[in-house]
Amino acid sequence: MNAKTADRIATVVIFAVAAFIVLLLIGLLGFILVRGISHISWDFLTSAPETIKAGGGIGPQLFNSLFLLVLTMLITVPIGVGAGIFMSQYAKPGRLTNSIRLVVEVLSSFPSIVVGLFGMLVFVQKFDIGFSLLSGALALTVFNLPLMVRITEQAMSGVPREQKEASLALGLSRWKTITSVMFPIALPTIITGTILAAGRVFGEAAALLFTAGMSSPRLDFTDWNPLSPFSPLNPLRPAETLAVHIWKINSEGLAPDAAEIAAGASAVLVITVLLFNFGARWFGRYLHRKFTATR
Amino acid sequence: MKKMLLLVVAVMLTIGLAACGSSNNANNSTNQGAGETNNGGAEELSGSILAVGSTALQPLVDQVSKKFMETNPGVTIQVQGGGSGTGLTQVAGGQAQIGNSDIFAEEKFKDADAALAEGLVDHQVAVVAMSTVVNKDVGIDSLTKQQLVDIFTGKVTNWKDVGGVDEKITIINRPSSSGTRKTFETYALGTKTEDLQGSIQEDSSGTVKKLVGETPGAIGYLALSYLDDSVKTVKYDGVEASEATVIDGSYPVWAYEHMYTKGEPDAATAAFLAYMLTDEVQNADVTELGYIPVNKMQVKRDVDGNVTK
Amino acid sequence: MEQPAVKGQKVAFVKPHVREEWIGRIYTTLCILFLIVTIVAIVYFVASKGLSTFFKNGVNIGDLLTGLKWNPEGEPPLFGALPFIFGSFSTSLLAALIAAPLGCCAAIFMTQIMPGVGRKYLQPVIELLAGIPSVVYGFVGLSVIVPMLRAIFPGQGIGIMAGSLVLAVMILPTITTIATDALAALPSGLKEGSFALGATRWQTIYRIVIPTTLPALLTGVVLGMSRAFGEALAVQMVIGNAPHIPRSLFESTSTLTSAITLSMGNTITGSAHNNALWSLALILLTMTFIFVFIVRVLERRNHR
Repeated sequence: MNAKTADRIATVVIFAVAAFIVLLLIGLLGFILVRGISHISWDFLTSAPETIKAGGGIGPQLFNSLFLLVLTMLITVPIGVGAGIFMSQYAKPGRLTNSIRLVVEVLSSFPSIVVGLFGMLVFVQKFDIGFSLLSGALALTVFNLPLMVRITEQAMSGVPREQKEASLALGLSRWKTITSVMFPIALPTIITGTILAAGRVFGEAAALLFTAGMSSPRLDFTDWNPLSPFSPLNPLRPAETLAVHIWKINSEGLAPDAAEIAAGASAVLVITVLLFNFGARWFGRYLHRKFTATR
Repeated sequence: MKKMLLLVVAVMLTIGLAACGSSNNANNSTNQGAGETNNGGAEELSGSILAVGSTALQPLVDQVSKKFMETNPGVTIQVQGGGSGTGLTQVAGGQAQIGNSDIFAEEKFKDADAALAEGLVDHQVAVVAMSTVVNKDVGIDSLTKQQLVDIFTGKVTNWKDVGGVDEKITIINRPSSSGTRKTFETYALGTKTEDLQGSIQEDSSGTVKKLVGETPGAIGYLALSYLDDSVKTVKYDGVEASEATVIDGSYPVWAYEHMYTKGEPDAATAAFLAYMLTDEVQNADVTELGYIPVNKMQVKRDVDGNVTK
Repeated sequence: MEQPAVKGQKVAFVKPHVREEWIGRIYTTLCILFLIVTIVAIVYFVASKGLSTFFKNGVNIGDLLTGLKWNPEGEPPLFGALPFIFGSFSTSLLAALIAAPLGCCAAIFMTQIMPGVGRKYLQPVIELLAGIPSVVYGFVGLSVIVPMLRAIFPGQGIGIMAGSLVLAVMILPTITTIATDALAALPSGLKEGSFALGATRWQTIYRIVIPTTLPALLTGVVLGMSRAFGEALAVQMVIGNAPHIPRSLFESTSTLTSAITLSMGNTITGSAHNNALWSLALILLTMTFIFVFIVRVLERRNHR
């Protein structure tokens, strides 16, 4: 075969594959959205699920997912950012740093189900927190942390060296340099990364089956005292998130419209993840413009 | 540097321990609170109840608990899933007041763990019956016990051997840890079976129903509450599974739904369990969710499967 | 501080500065320690539970790893996990085999052929694929892929093939992203030299670009495999869960993860069956370490 023909064939094949991947995504999203979107209404998004009657909604599940996300981020962000700063600024290259990097790598590739089992054993049983939002948030922290560390580390090392050196030369301490000079510059990247990581947390189910539980007790949305067992804000109550609800409805749903609810909930989940993605992109660009003053 | 590291580790450990300690205390204090108020003998019931376990029983307990809490505002009941095994573990360990289970605790706690089951008190709150279901295309109305055994042990692999069309049998079973499977094996087959090559194991009734409805030549079993037009119900030894046949004892494939407590329950838990057995619940919520009221049963069954009228 | 200063002044100047520095150091060190404590705790707890199968329940470790029969509720109970190990390896390998060519082609498209279009359209598409939750993948797999396979091939539609197809889509983003980074980092002089010698684009890609970036491409594939190996829910929904080594790609079988999700809630903590499931989790954990090790080796070769 002549080299030119081979080149042409290869180009066509590569084009075809690229087109196939785009079509695959369109097909996937189309399938999920077309089946589910007709079921989405304000009522569906806010009302409580029904066990056997049709017409149940996903209100508490949606709230749980968002609340769990906030809880997870409250734990993850300070620790992850701190660890990331350590890795990029304080750690001296050597054996120790290398092994810490290995720890981060291993932690990020743990299967989520193993993290879930660990959460069940330690948070649910040993610490006796029970199936609760807090257990779920702690389990999610375990596999969100390495992501945060990596994001922060990359963002911090992306800061121009001159800025750091200028600040140090002015006599500021290292920590002051980090917090008031480098961190603001790295912030847009960190925020974009955090939002993307949040999208992953939002869709996680396997780790939550064993930690946050599969039941959603009656929630009283007028009771905002975090200590009351029916308050939506109580972190010690069991909670079913949207992703877990889809899993449960698919497998155990008794309601006559279980299939539609699953389709609707899947669509809501995918739309939310899309929003996270686009939000991260837009916000990153916006912050970039604002901080660097480029048009 | 080394000293500093040590110090830091020590600090972290203390914080960690303090955290576990405090969460333990918090939990204990709520439990104690419940006990004290009940011992006080006040007229108004109060306390908090945690019911954990069987996902099959969860919707019923959940629904009834909401009604109970409306009339007894002092009591808070939390209902959680997690599976029968989890429920029994937690009630035996004292983390939960009620453990929901699809099967007798004695069947789960075997050998070395048998002692744990002794402290548990059984409260049977409903009866769940199961029916064999097949894909619509197999052309079968009824199967005998022996035919079922042959199918589930792999002796018969084609529907034509049991009077159906010429089609390969696909078994949609439950995992060997499942309570539903145990019930089906004990009361329908009368023998334990192994997972056969090529059979499908699904834990959830919804998936079993979906697969039986879609896969040509499929056979499985479902609780009565899950039955609908997508699958075909098969008679067992000529008897159809229905509320009436289960109640009079002519249809044998059924099991109790259990709510276990450790020792005798406290006042609030006892009141809740008693409420589960009232006609108000048994004739409304229980039947509504596809269970059979336990107080209507004309036959009784003990742990070893002996049936008495 | 060389010049002798008034004592109070010196304290005022140095102290906040140093204290600040110490706070920063201690805070970030604590964060790192938290990470290390977490990983040690995970390994310790999973291992202590997973090993009790061998020490407390007296199961032979060789029997567990090579046994063909999994019948934990039988008399006597049998714990042969080889079918699960086989299932996990075959699904993730097959998924990687499907996804690797696709991912590499996509990466070549984005870096070598049409970087503009690629960055603008293909990149976001790949990132969106990564964002779709695994439950949704399982749901789509059960409603689309399984009926499709059942219609085309003999068998139940459920099995290794269905699992691999679902996993292939899930790991495609991982492979593509890493491959794209590797190809983009290639020095342009290498390519230009090849073009100057009269090679066509395909010859350049095939002879120059791919061989030089091979370790990085392999890293992507291994990372993808490792993700496929640990995925639980999506696989469990489409694989059928029979504890047997299947005779074809379209017959029900199990993976390590699906066996765990299927029975964990139904078994009692401390029972032999439950402990055996923890042993499966321990195998998963060990595999994670092995995958990370392979990636490290590949990366080292890449840097050389």
